[in-house]
Amino acid sequence: MKIRMAHGSGGEETRRLVEEIFVAAFGNDRLRAMEDAAVVKLKGKTAFTTDSYVVTPLFFRGGDIGRLSVCGTVNDLLMMGAKPEYLTAGFIIEEGMDTGTLEKIALSMAEAAKESGAAIVAGDTKVIEGRGGLFINTSGIGTVPEERDISARNCAPGDAIILSGTLGDHHACILSARMGIENSIRSDTAPLCEPVGALLHSGAKVKAMRDITRGGLGTVLNEVCGAAGAGAQIYEDRIPVTAQVKSFCEILGLDPMYMGNEGKFIAVVGKDDADKALAALRETRGGKNASHIGNVCEGKAVTMITAVGGRRTIHTMTGEGLPRIC
Amino acid sequence: MVPEAVVRFLSGYGGRPVKIMEVCGTHTATALRGGIRSLISDKIRLVSGPGCPVCLASSAYIDRLCALAKDGCVIVSFGDLLKVKGSTGSLLDMKAAGHGVEMVYSPLDAVRIASERPGKTVVLAAIGFETTAPAHALVVETAIQKGLKNLMLLTAMKRLMPALDLLCADPGLDAFIAPGHVAAVTGSAVFEPAAKKHKKPFAVAGFTPESMLLAMYCLVKQIGAGGSGVANLYGEAVRPEGNEKARAVMDKYFEPGDAYWRGLGVIKDSGLYLKKEYMRFDAGSFGRNDEGAEARGCMCGAVLTGRSDPDECPMFGNKCTPEDAYGPCMVSAEGVCGIWYREGAAK
Repeated sequence: MKIRMAHGSGGEETRRLVEEIFVAAFGNDRLRAMEDAAVVKLKGKTAFTTDSYVVTPLFFRGGDIGRLSVCGTVNDLLMMGAKPEYLTAGFIIEEGMDTGTLEKIALSMAEAAKESGAAIVAGDTKVIEGRGGLFINTSGIGTVPEERDISARNCAPGDAIILSGTLGDHHACILSARMGIENSIRSDTAPLCEPVGALLHSGAKVKAMRDITRGGLGTVLNEVCGAAGAGAQIYEDRIPVTAQVKSFCEILGLDPMYMGNEGKFIAVVGKDDADKALAALRETRGGKNASHIGNVCEGKAVTMITAVGGRRTIHTMTGEGLPRIC
Repeated sequence: MVPEAVVRFLSGYGGRPVKIMEVCGTHTATALRGGIRSLISDKIRLVSGPGCPVCLASSAYIDRLCALAKDGCVIVSFGDLLKVKGSTGSLLDMKAAGHGVEMVYSPLDAVRIASERPGKTVVLAAIGFETTAPAHALVVETAIQKGLKNLMLLTAMKRLMPALDLLCADPGLDAFIAPGHVAAVTGSAVFEPAAKKHKKPFAVAGFTPESMLLAMYCLVKQIGAGGSGVANLYGEAVRPEGNEKARAVMDKYFEPGDAYWRGLGVIKDSGLYLKKEYMRFDAGSFGRNDEGAEARGCMCGAVLTGRSDPDECPMFGNKCTPEDAYGPCMVSAEGVCGIWYREGAAK
């Protein structure tokens, strides 16, 4: 069946669509009650965030817009040291979308939410004219232990910068799909609960964390350093990039430093804690390739020592990068 | 990995000052990303050449595309070209005003778009060097096979060698890093006549800092010895004879003709145009050579010929940025000014 304008009217068609697809997939009592708002109980400090997802294509190797929309928001909560608790999901569906496709996306969201330990407790559906596309907004709320203080402001010269894994996989995957290039590059879209959990329990003093999405590592490092009032020195040969992504970048002139990821983050840890952090991360599914890529230093600039030994200043990304990547 | 001796030689070089031109925008980016300038002696200067087809597009060409869009045609173009300003605006402005402008990643997408919209005339903005020209030729071939009557090309394709021949005559340039992608099609042997004639060495390099450093090592050594050879350091992709199949399809549909190069003027036989028998596919490509376009104070012409670095232009980084570009070299991903700006290479 195709989605028609009537599915967004708020009447019988909407009710059936919500029940048969979304409530069925996300299945929990709060959602099933179909009240105007979900009422939840939270303890202590809370983190609250929102993000919208407009990726094309809707399905890609390693994920889809549904999985992405849950992971993106969950990861933003995790980066503040929060435990993701509840999510909301808003769907803007273009007329003509297949309900089977929508169901697949909803089930994928449910699975990602389960992996994250969060429940989708409220939602909204609108239908607009168009060509069968889909946009999703998710908001998320999580709880932060009272004593935990994770912020880029905490970083100081000497601190170690840990990268959780390979760069560029999501970006290269999306671009390959759009350009019709055959390869086996998979998006890294994943909730970061496991690696973040391991890191927070490793005994390392975790000062700041950032997931490396749009803008890439180059932009994220500049943001962290800007907030900390410090600089950073990193080493190109310590930054993991798979051979396939590397050659993809060489052919297209792309730079992994500015490519988006959906399952990678950097953590800034105390200067003597790099080994502890690495050992913990490497035990996890999302952290096998974790690497100590450099350190926070005095100054303002982010500098890279390149693989051939040159010095390169890393700036915030300018220009638009690749649109509709997430 | 580069042998240490190569880096040691390049950093310790104390001979006469030399100027090496890298012709391809991807090499410009590779050099900056590898921090190559920080590794070589001040006596070796690396300058960029006219290696970005988007930067070379004249404003008369952009104006023609915009006029076609206004007339109801669907313009199919690579993304970078959309942002280049003509005398009245860019294709992006046309798109925002509701005219038919489609961004694609491959010229062959034009065939799909023309098939999907039989009632519309679809015009492919066919720019590029010998690297892209075979793909444009395939578009014509496929359109003929499918009997498409609503697909046309507005061409501004360039042949690199006539321009390089002209640049070789510049006494300020000592050697050239030849573009790997173009050489894959033309073959490395194509550079030999110019190298011999002007007594200047060439090196075909791949797109890694290692390959570029090796190329520079070969070139500086050759300059010292008065050599004029063509070294191929990108053997995995480039053969002396090039890619004959790609050239055959290109030669089937296109032929050389005079073309305008920003900063160099009109160069004989440096363009590629549809042959007479395929002229029904042409959307008005001839005579779009506007030599007056640089009167606006833009130094793109000097930048594209290695006479100026991007940051020597008074507009660089203030009046002219990637977000609001004045000159085409700031617009494109392959444009020298844009690369310098994004990489923060300005002094």
